Amino acid sequence: MAKSGVTKTRLPNGLTVLLKEVHTAPLVSWWVWYRVGSRHERPGHTGISHWVEHMMFKGTQHFPGEVADRTVAADGGVRNAMTWIDWTTYFETMPVDKIDFALRLEADRMSHALFPPKEVASERTVVISERQGHENNPGFRLMEEAQAAAFRVHSYHHEVVGDMADLESMTRDDLYAHYQQYYAPNNAIAVAVGDFKTRDMLARIKELFGSAKPKALPKLSPRPEPEQKGERRIRLTGEGETAYVEVMYHAPSATHPDFYPMVALDSILAGASSFNLFGGGTSNKSSRLYRALVESGLAAGISGGLSATVDPFLYILSATVRNGQTPEAVEAALDREIERARGELVNGEELAKAVKQARAMFAFGAESVSSQGFWLGYTEIFDTYHWFESYLDRLAAVTTADVQRVAQKYLAKTNRTVGYYVPETK
Amino acid sequence: MPSTKTKPTRKPALDLSSLPGPETITRRTLSNGIVVLVRENDTSPAVVVDSDLRVGALWESRAQAGLASFTASAMMRGTERRSFAEIYEAIESVGASLSVSSGTHTSGFYGKALAEDLGLLLELAADALRRPTFPQDQVDRLQGELLTRLTMRANQTRARAEEAFFEAAYAGHPYAVDEDGYPETIKALTRADLVDFHRRNYGPAGMIVTVVGAVKADAAVALVEHYFGDWSNPQQPPQPVLPTPAPITGAVVRKVAMPGKIQNDIVLGGVGPARSHPQFVAARLANNILGVFGMGGRIGYHVRERGGMAYYAASALDGGLGPGAWRAYAGVNPKNVDRAAELIVAEIKKFTTRRVTEEELADNKTFFVGRLPLSLETNEGVASAIGTLELYELGLDYYRRYPGLVHAITRDDIQQVAREFLSAENYVLANAGPE
Repeated sequence: MAKSGVTKTRLPNGLTVLLKEVHTAPLVSWWVWYRVGSRHERPGHTGISHWVEHMMFKGTQHFPGEVADRTVAADGGVRNAMTWIDWTTYFETMPVDKIDFALRLEADRMSHALFPPKEVASERTVVISERQGHENNPGFRLMEEAQAAAFRVHSYHHEVVGDMADLESMTRDDLYAHYQQYYAPNNAIAVAVGDFKTRDMLARIKELFGSAKPKALPKLSPRPEPEQKGERRIRLTGEGETAYVEVMYHAPSATHPDFYPMVALDSILAGASSFNLFGGGTSNKSSRLYRALVESGLAAGISGGLSATVDPFLYILSATVRNGQTPEAVEAALDREIERARGELVNGEELAKAVKQARAMFAFGAESVSSQGFWLGYTEIFDTYHWFESYLDRLAAVTTADVQRVAQKYLAKTNRTVGYYVPETK
Repeated sequence: MPSTKTKPTRKPALDLSSLPGPETITRRTLSNGIVVLVRENDTSPAVVVDSDLRVGALWESRAQAGLASFTASAMMRGTERRSFAEIYEAIESVGASLSVSSGTHTSGFYGKALAEDLGLLLELAADALRRPTFPQDQVDRLQGELLTRLTMRANQTRARAEEAFFEAAYAGHPYAVDEDGYPETIKALTRADLVDFHRRNYGPAGMIVTVVGAVKADAAVALVEHYFGDWSNPQQPPQPVLPTPAPITGAVVRKVAMPGKIQNDIVLGGVGPARSHPQFVAARLANNILGVFGMGGRIGYHVRERGGMAYYAASALDGGLGPGAWRAYAGVNPKNVDRAAELIVAEIKKFTTRRVTEEELADNKTFFVGRLPLSLETNEGVASAIGTLELYELGLDYYRRYPGLVHAITRDDIQQVAREFLSAENYVLANAGPE
């Protein structure tokens, strides 16, 4: 067993298995990750990975209908699933004596999901409803437009929920074919964290997943986004009375050496972000952009976000324009701060603060087996779990010169898309 | 109803001694009445501090709606010892978080940090609670931020539906008033109002502080004593007496037209039991069966799973120190609003006229008991659970007794409490969206 306590194995059929014993609570968190997300989708099939995820709740050969829902709930567990740009994941966190059901369920999902036509039809309207709920929110609409402008070529360009045209036209056969293509052991990572014995858990996983057939995966590499050589601008109007500004810069992928300097830069500019779905961040009121935008009375709030991704994605700064102010004024103030970060070194204290913040967030993230399960699987998608383990050390090695270098390289106007949402009433 | 295999009634194998109880929760009362609760947890080098103070929206007038919330937010904006910038530099430079917020019956601070920073959290919290200065420029700026937030809220279908629901279900009652206030009330508030509200209403009477994490109990109590032990406010008023909400008669419908929106939000229900109701645990089980279990209970099943009409459809039981709401909610396409409301009313009708099945009861009992370890895994979960014990006077041994309380509930108990509060004839239906 490695010093981290993680045992990593690969079954003959290609399934990667990560196991970590944690005996502080009588719980086990169990995750199965698939390397399929909106990144793997072409126009005509946007939203298909997410819809397939929905269908995995609509019955498998051995667990038809709502049996799985009822059992997990009755057993006192929690479960959920998420689709993102790089992956789809399913997890159950259960009392230790109930975990076997979850293991069997995910094995059945990998190979024997049913996709009943009536359920496909019913779920079409549910997914459309999900999308329409998002559409109620001007922030979502702005993000969708700006992201699509930022990615002309790469399939990061559309929302995970998909375009309405595709949600209305995709068929059961489309969904099932997508599932058949991507839900394979050699395209998956299984993770268990909690109160078990590694030897027994591995044996059971082998027993349940060992017979799943590996598949030849589509040779579908997303088309790389050409370097952006000029600023792109979006101006969206609609209902409501609040204006928003989104500024998106092309950012390094998680395994690029520039990633850690970008993390430090983001912390300094907009406050520390957490990449973990289970751990919150901290406030950002001592960050540079908060002081420049919110304390000055231009914005009601500012947030910054970097994502840990397989391919280069975006560094996104979002501001809510204060009543009575303008997006132009917000952008101008933001630009001044960006130029400052490009023109001069940040100071060592700001950098040390970024490291301390990350250290605290990692400590918080270690409190739950679900959170630890998340990290192990998530990092294996774009790298290995050692990425998580070496994170703090690599962040601590960032210098002020590194931070300025990435600010100059990535936070250039030619590398960005600026989106405004301006209400029609204004 | 989904068809299922019959399952024998089963009791979970749960080690009760692993749950927080009298031997593992330290409880001390300071000389000024503050109750301090501590649970040691070495799983990670972190600590959470939670608190309840006896002050909130109930202490404000309707004309000053939002005053309690505004005051709470403003307390972190400057103190006698630290400016706004100094407060947040202190918190954020160690990766901690600290906020002060206000609800209807209670307010409080909430903080999270590495365990070594517990003293800092408590020092900053005490500073904010006891010695806020409400700097004028900060108050002005915060006021603008609150107004922007209210503008955003006014553009959200879910928030507008909830607002209309509470106005109708609690007409004439304090719960009809939004604790964040309204643009006209927030605009009218001045720094003097905040200073006055704080001075009159903030004090140690009825205060609870909960600490959970990699700290030693005695040391944590000593820290709370150090920063809060000499606090007093002789003029701190008692809890206001709540009127009884007026009964809802008939189907009261409220529509909020929001042109330009794509989807409607509906909220349907009425007044529910307070936490102190003798059948509250039965009510919680009832709500779980009705609109939570699995993918939203019966309501989720009919509106989402069978009907395909909504991405979310569920129900919620608020409980609390007063008679919180009991309501169903869903986000639906405009053309499905009537049908979704009909389905929900039909489920409520069934729920009150026929007892739940043995299987539903058994499944939901094991849900509540089985998930205890999960809900008590993190520092946050434990802090919330322990604070609840104290706030509702449930006793330190409550989690030891809880499985027994749950298992004792009968199908008749469920039906009785459902009939007391739910009705297919008398309810409020609020609907916000494009039509």
